[in-house]
Amino acid sequence: MMFNNLLETWLPNVKWDTLWEATMETLYMSVLAVAATFVLGIFLGLTLYLTDKGNLWQNKVIHAITAALVNVFRSIPFIILIILLIPFTTFLVGTMLGPSAALPALVIGAAPFYARMVEIGLREVDKGVIEAAQSMGANQWHIIFKVLLPESMPALISGITVTSIALVSYTAMAGVIGAGGLGDLAFREGFQRTNPDVTFVATIAILIIVFILQWIGDWITNKLDKR
Amino acid sequence: MIRLQQLSKVFQARSDSIRAVDNVDLSINTGEIFGVIGYSGAGKSTLIRMLNMLERPSAGNVTVADWNMADLSGRRLREARQEISMIFQHFNLLWSRTVKENIAFPLEIAGVSKQKRAERVEELTELVGLSGRGDAYPSQLSGGQKQRVGIARALANNPKVLLCDEATSALDPKTTDSILDLLTDINKKLGLTIVLITHEMHVIRKICHRVAVMDGGKVVEQGLVIDVFRNPEQDMTKEFVKQVTEPEETLDALKDILKSSENGLVVKLMFLGEDAEQPVMTDLIRTCGVAVNILQGKVSKTRDGSYGTLFVQLQGNKEELDKAWQYLQEHRVEAEVLNDV
Ligand SMILES: Nc1ncnc2c1ncn2[C@@H]1O[C@H](COP(=O)(O)OP(=O)(O)OP(=O)(O)O)[C@@H](O)[C@H]1O
Ligand SMILES: [Mg+2]
Repeated sequence: MMFNNLLETWLPNVKWDTLWEATMETLYMSVLAVAATFVLGIFLGLTLYLTDKGNLWQNKVIHAITAALVNVFRSIPFIILIILLIPFTTFLVGTMLGPSAALPALVIGAAPFYARMVEIGLREVDKGVIEAAQSMGANQWHIIFKVLLPESMPALISGITVTSIALVSYTAMAGVIGAGGLGDLAFREGFQRTNPDVTFVATIAILIIVFILQWIGDWITNKLDKR
Repeated sequence: MIRLQQLSKVFQARSDSIRAVDNVDLSINTGEIFGVIGYSGAGKSTLIRMLNMLERPSAGNVTVADWNMADLSGRRLREARQEISMIFQHFNLLWSRTVKENIAFPLEIAGVSKQKRAERVEELTELVGLSGRGDAYPSQLSGGQKQRVGIARALANNPKVLLCDEATSALDPKTTDSILDLLTDINKKLGLTIVLITHEMHVIRKICHRVAVMDGGKVVEQGLVIDVFRNPEQDMTKEFVKQVTEPEETLDALKDILKSSENGLVVKLMFLGEDAEQPVMTDLIRTCGVAVNILQGKVSKTRDGSYGTLFVQLQGNKEELDKAWQYLQEHRVEAEVLNDV
């Protein structure tokens, strides 16, 4: 009773069911985007690494094209990327509104960023270990799936942790153009209707999500790292 | 088992080219432990890496077992590599895998079933003396234990040949010896052909049957280890032999004695065989009437016999000394006078 009164005094404009809904939308966008970014980023990172000079699939042309794509998409500010991708998103999802519509932009914005981290992680894998695997008769798939990815896994996980935190802030930006979620709530309900308490609560919710993601990421990284 | 013919490797650097291996001919017998020794940059690593095509030759032939290695590629090369294992100076274990999982790695590659893998891993852990450490990660092992994992891993698919690239260079002397003992053991037990490269003559002396000395990409001398010890031809070989036959500070220690000629003749004697020096010394004293002062001595064991170096001081008058010298010549003891009288 006391507690409810306090909440009503200090946060008079917060509608808790709306807040819950917005949080779920943010989580939905973040989790799906992180999963897709993980897969696409590893694919791009592996391509960058393997086609680089002196590596398994050394190929100047493919390396240059992938590197250019990654660099271009990494450099476009996210808010502009969303706008640029409107036709693509409407074609893919059928609408420009709602959490699902934010996903293409989120993944395309985050995957190149993550791909560079994947590439750095892969470069840290000891060349001697790759050579040892080759000397045992490993083929390229063995080397990718039994050496490169497992040996760089702590780096890949700590990279996706950083990326997922960036993704949460991207979802907030995506919210501004109608994707829903906590960013949307803070902007429309909080800022535009001058309800600072709503902005405050939305911020707290985002911070909690970020802390939990960071904690999970650190925990997995520690668990995996046997160096 | 292994035959190298006119083998060369040229690295193309930006401006000039480096002949890392230059026209090498070698043949290595089945069941033999063959050593290659040379200083840094001599081309040893490049040579051994051409045996399993980690490095492609620029010219010449490599035959291992019945494979003409340079002709192999793709699947056939990978199959051949399962029979030509390698161990490394820095072990090159996967840190994300436990000891057991590291040893299982080549078995996974060869497509061995899970059940058989577990049995084989158990056997190998035992063979290399790591029973009980199977679930440890490489980071929890000492250097010597890591190399044991490397050896177990290399033996997993029952190879015909084991290549060792400076396998003991990162280890302390005691651990080095235990790894060398393990290699000797494996060689005897499994009849495995071992090629090892090193810059330490101690390694060659302890376990090799034959040795080749490399310099500037060329093999400058080769033969049975005991022969090379007894009769090194090249200056470089002599230096390597000195690493093990002469105690390190010998010349420093003898410096004062060498300075004054009053002290008589200072002679370095080289003996072959366990007890060869005994009768020679006794006779020298009895028949020539010289006094013999032993200054320094060291016996080195090779696989095919021992080999000793003795620094002695012979004292007596001119006549006696001449007689002693002649005696040594007649008895075919290799002797070298270190000071002039
Ligand atoms: N990939 C490479 N590209 C260019 N030059 C190389 C390459 N690998 C080796 N070399 C050169 O070839 C020569 C022989 O090198 P190698 O590694 O075979 O020597 P090594 O006898 O094994 O020396 P160490 O005892 O230091 O290992 C050196 O001059 C080296 O710089
Ligand atoms: Mg080397």
